[in-house]
Amino acid sequence: MDNTQQNNFGTSAQNTWCPGCGNFAIFNAIKSVFNELILEGTPLENIVLVAGIGCHAKIVDYINLNSFYSLHGRAVPVAEAIKIAGPALKVIVFSGDGDAYGEGIEHLIFSAKRNIDITMVIHNNHVYGLTTGQYTPTSPLGFKGRSTPQGTAELPLNPLEVMLSSGATYLARGTSHGLELLKKIFKEAIMHKGFSLVDVLQVCVTYFNTYEYYDKRVYELKDYNAADYNQALGKIREWDYNSDSPIALGALYKKDAPTFEDSFIRTDSAPINSEGKIRDFLQASV
Amino acid sequence: MDNFSILIGGKAGFGIDKAGSIIGRALNQLGYRIYIYRDYPSIIRGGHTFSVIRISKKRIATHRLNIDLMLALNQDTFDLHKNKLNKQAIIIHDSNSVKLEGISSDILTIGIPFDAIIKEEGVGEIMRNTCIIAAFAKAAGIEWSILENVLKKEITKELELNLKVARRGYDQAKELIKIDSQSTPGLPMITGNQAIGLGLVKAGLKTYIAYPMTPSSPILHFLAEQAQDFGLKVIHPESEISVMLMALGFAYAGEKVAVGTSGGGFCLMTEGVSLSGMAELPAVIIVGQRPGPSTGLPTYSSQTELFFVLFAGQGEFPRFIVAPGDAEESYYWSAIAMNMAWKYQIPAFILSDKNLGEGVFNFDIDSVGEIKVEKPLAGDNKSPYKRYLNTPDGVSPLAFVPQQGAVIKANSYEHDELGITTEDPQLTKLMQEKRLRKEKLMVQDLDNYKTVNVSGHLDASTAVLCWGSNKGVCAEAADNLGLKVVQPVVLWPFPLKQLKESLSGVKKIICVENNATGQLAKLMADHGFTIDKKILRYDGRPFTPDELETALKEADNG
Repeated sequence: MDNTQQNNFGTSAQNTWCPGCGNFAIFNAIKSVFNELILEGTPLENIVLVAGIGCHAKIVDYINLNSFYSLHGRAVPVAEAIKIAGPALKVIVFSGDGDAYGEGIEHLIFSAKRNIDITMVIHNNHVYGLTTGQYTPTSPLGFKGRSTPQGTAELPLNPLEVMLSSGATYLARGTSHGLELLKKIFKEAIMHKGFSLVDVLQVCVTYFNTYEYYDKRVYELKDYNAADYNQALGKIREWDYNSDSPIALGALYKKDAPTFEDSFIRTDSAPINSEGKIRDFLQASV
Repeated sequence: MDNFSILIGGKAGFGIDKAGSIIGRALNQLGYRIYIYRDYPSIIRGGHTFSVIRISKKRIATHRLNIDLMLALNQDTFDLHKNKLNKQAIIIHDSNSVKLEGISSDILTIGIPFDAIIKEEGVGEIMRNTCIIAAFAKAAGIEWSILENVLKKEITKELELNLKVARRGYDQAKELIKIDSQSTPGLPMITGNQAIGLGLVKAGLKTYIAYPMTPSSPILHFLAEQAQDFGLKVIHPESEISVMLMALGFAYAGEKVAVGTSGGGFCLMTEGVSLSGMAELPAVIIVGQRPGPSTGLPTYSSQTELFFVLFAGQGEFPRFIVAPGDAEESYYWSAIAMNMAWKYQIPAFILSDKNLGEGVFNFDIDSVGEIKVEKPLAGDNKSPYKRYLNTPDGVSPLAFVPQQGAVIKANSYEHDELGITTEDPQLTKLMQEKRLRKEKLMVQDLDNYKTVNVSGHLDASTAVLCWGSNKGVCAEAADNLGLKVVQPVVLWPFPLKQLKESLSGVKKIICVENNATGQLAKLMADHGFTIDKKILRYDGRPFTPDELETALKEADNG
């Protein structure tokens, strides 16, 4: 690739996101970050994308890089395995709020607990798009979706609080109206050694248009110490994904901690003579 | 001495399993062929646990319930198993706590105050085991030096004290019989689960992933313990869903991987199995069967998951299913399952059960056929790399991340050759046919393997049809009755050709299975075979040769 030219990573797939979909911001920001990574020396083949199922996941069809288009809720275990198998790989997972915080939350929690070095990009639009408009784990109380026409009777999860308490070591939030911030935090998340998650307040124009809501409330963090756990917890609790409070954007928490791959006792490094080892074991079993 | 069976029993927590293993090893040293059946409840302390150690001059793969020698550390052992004692059996028991009421005068007994010895020596209750093992050795005419060697090898904690306690048990007993030593050397003694693990290692296993579930957890424990020696990564994640999906992530990255579970855990894996079929990612899945439905009988055995494994996962895709019947078959076919998974980029299943997995067998690696570790069809650098290239036999070249110049796209959706999602009707049809075509090639390939075992009286007009762990018991019963045994080891792709050959000239087929509905019998019927009689056992316990012989006689004459 010509160093001065931006790779568009185009594929033969036709883009089928709705006009105005918040996914375009994530799409453009992440491609820009991939170009930066490649310019800085990351081999193109070392980037691996993993996605669940949902509108978000189509992104892997639209980017001509290694990808594993997994099942709904099941992007994380696939990504963990790829990272353990190839510690040099940059593994980026795209997942929706239903996908990551609903069907797949057990994997998400354990992945954060392991501090495995993968990057989660959550397309969090508080609604199921691809299944045409049901509530998700982050929909506000009383959300009227197609499965809850009278309004939901449950409060949303605060996913960042769940992630913080699970052991995630990089947490950030962005919106689909803030391309430059997305580029910055995506890059930071990918470069962070350990489990990173970017919750993108991404807007579904068809089923739950919240552009105006966010535009009124979001602000970027300044003079903020992301290494301070208690401060991070406070900032993360400022907006509970339900009430009308200010919504902080940017890196909310950063911590250096040993990763799973570093701590996992690797017993597969040296090539072995399996036949000999099998016979040794049998000899001891007489 | 031929066909001698020893039963040792006690509460869970007494160390009965270990004691059974030590007795087995001592007798193995004498050159006998061994099989150990282990029966235990799903309880950590209390309940009743027993092991039956059977020895023979011939290879055996089943136990008997005619007990020649009973080692009773508690009253339950005597009460629950006295009806299985042979006429001239021997009982070694704790003289204080075990009352032997209502036994015939032909039965010889040795009562030793094990509890008192333990107290006098000031050692833990668990050492009553060592003491009764030693009393057994003396009663059976086994030299002290042989016992001592085995104890030294098997006991890792407080060896000196154990030897002291053993010596007291040995000296207080008396020689009642002579289990003489054989000229044949002892063979390795391993469980079916260990044999499966070794077979996978032989075929290049790099990563084993499992969530604990009886009866497959011992594979997890075994491989985790041996990880260093065998160059493995062993991972225990949060659930079986994660286990299966991680496996596919490893396969995508080019690592040979296997997972192990039982029926309940396999329920959670099925979405991943279907993904393996669609994304054409190889995976070996061990399903150790136990009685269901649901939690069922966790620590007992069944053959109830043949249909489950055969039909698991939405959609239609090829798969390989093998059900080994003993340790050698477990080793050989586990390796072949790995080969099949990678050659055809499919899920390959090893159907085991508690009796096979946790039973202890002699294992003769030199009697196992040659295992070639096959390399998958490799992708070249022809740009662009097509992960799902439509080839005449359906098998697409495999490339793994990271490979320079190749963009590798795996996809759970229907996809084109590049791995990009499609809903195009023609492409959908084309790719569905491409995946199914791989099975045709696999069927041809399997002609090179002995997918159906035939044994017993080859020209008999009645055949006993069985699968999996019933191999050993059917072989013994059929041998005595002059019947033929036909045992399909590969269950899918259905070995139609070899089954037809094996059953040619047979007038009557009696199908023996550990389930309540006759799953193999149904599968046979689907392929045009007439099953005349079924002998089914579904109480979680294995058939024994004597019981099966009676049932077979009835079925053959009826």
